[in-house]
Amino acid sequence: MRLYAVVAAGGFRRYATYRIATAAGVFTNTVFGFILAYTYMALWDERPQLGGYDMSQALTYVWLGQALLATCAMMGGGFEDELMERIRTGDVAIDLYRPVDLQMWWLAGDLGRAAYQLMARGIAPMVLGALAFPLALPTSPGIWLAYLVSVTLGVVVSFAVRYLVALSAFWLMDGAGASQIAFLAGLFFSGMLLPLTLFPGLLGEVARALPWSALLQVPADVFLGKHTGWGLVEAFAFQGGWALALLLAGRLVQSVATRRVVVQGG
Amino acid sequence: MAFAERSRLVEGVRAYGLIASMWLRSTMAYRASFVMTTLGNFAATGFDFVAIMLMFAHVDELGGYTLPEIALLYGASGTAFGLSDLVLGSMDRLGRRVRDGTLDTLLVRPVPVLAQVAADRFALRRLGRITQGLLVFGYALATLDIDWTPLRVAMVPLMLLTGAAIFGAVFVCGAAFQFFAQDAAEVQSSFTYGGNTLLQYPPTIFAKDLVRGVTFVVPLAFVNWLPALYVLGRDYPLALPEWVAFLPPVVAAVCWVIAGTAWRAGLRSYRSTGS
Repeated sequence: MRLYAVVAAGGFRRYATYRIATAAGVFTNTVFGFILAYTYMALWDERPQLGGYDMSQALTYVWLGQALLATCAMMGGGFEDELMERIRTGDVAIDLYRPVDLQMWWLAGDLGRAAYQLMARGIAPMVLGALAFPLALPTSPGIWLAYLVSVTLGVVVSFAVRYLVALSAFWLMDGAGASQIAFLAGLFFSGMLLPLTLFPGLLGEVARALPWSALLQVPADVFLGKHTGWGLVEAFAFQGGWALALLLAGRLVQSVATRRVVVQGG
Repeated sequence: MAFAERSRLVEGVRAYGLIASMWLRSTMAYRASFVMTTLGNFAATGFDFVAIMLMFAHVDELGGYTLPEIALLYGASGTAFGLSDLVLGSMDRLGRRVRDGTLDTLLVRPVPVLAQVAADRFALRRLGRITQGLLVFGYALATLDIDWTPLRVAMVPLMLLTGAAIFGAVFVCGAAFQFFAQDAAEVQSSFTYGGNTLLQYPPTIFAKDLVRGVTFVVPLAFVNWLPALYVLGRDYPLALPEWVAFLPPVVAAVCWVIAGTAWRAGLRSYRSTGS
């Protein structure tokens, strides 16, 4: 356990090193936040209460999306490129000999990364957004806490998906295609482009049931106070269920991969 | 002087062509991968428009504009951006080259550095973005009931080409900025990708100051807003005379003078990391 805490701290520090990159990221999130906020205002001007949100909740949703874009690695980026590279070069064989669990090792590092991204690229754009637009920020500390839990679960789901994507490199060698598909799905089905509550009919039902909704739609709804009491427990169960299922799938694929695939030697 | 300038330009374009065709051959070695990534690029940008269509499942107008009108703005900006992304999309790797020292290799070759950086990893899969933009643009032209005049007809190809030129100047300015801030590729993206996203929506939905900013400071409005609103016969939210819609070529030329100056200043200030 202590080992994984050290790995997580390492993941945090690793990203904290690149201060200019972080500042540039904050700038980008803020620019996109402004553009999206205006498009949402035009939309909610026409249809107040669209998707069950009022104007200030819709605007809050925009800035939550910007805050969680890097945190939940919705466009990818993070450990998976490195893991794929290790699989491609065969270095992963060395990792498998180490007395640590491969999946938990990368998860710990990714949680550290996410913690840094949430603090660095989550808070600053949110503050700037709150200064420019009337946001609906929760007043009860309980909701903030529930939000943090929900974001953490979202990061684990995101990790579990990206771990599966990375493992595809055992068979595909070049993981660019798989990464691209995962990145597209993450962007569209997380609710990053538009809240999933606005997706019509069957498309909406499917989108809300897929794991990616755990990345943004669920944490945002927790933040906006849409899930309370048992509803909150259900929301956590949805995220936790996907996290568990996908982590287990990752372990399964990993064991198949390490048993059946010949690692390329150097 | 003028002759030397011109021959450098010719030399640069020639070098660009050679490097790009080299990358083209290497891409074509893996045709399946090329087809997949091109389709991926097509889908990636397509999702933006799907999101807009989902919005129009709930409303008839956005900022006073109908879906085909927004499609015209979207298609024009998307195609112009796609063209400049195809030619100059690799410029955002400059920061990495400065950091890891591989820029030094380019400096010792007797070929303009700008051409080398721009042609590096030339990716034909970016045609996916252009195709998607053109499809939406075509849909808009087919659906809209435009009062065509010769000037309006001429405005259509002009808008795509000068738009690409303006975006291209932004790419080069962004790369020049990375000579100073090596880790700030994302700042460049907010002007290129962010600008593209902004221009896909009508100017009426944005705050006046933001519209002023992209008209007078970073003149992205000349990519599609001003020319497309002229084609549509609609008024620009800022009180500007109508002839402003014909300024994009001038604006593009001025942008390229600024971009060239910035690029030279950046290159002169470059100090190798020595690694």
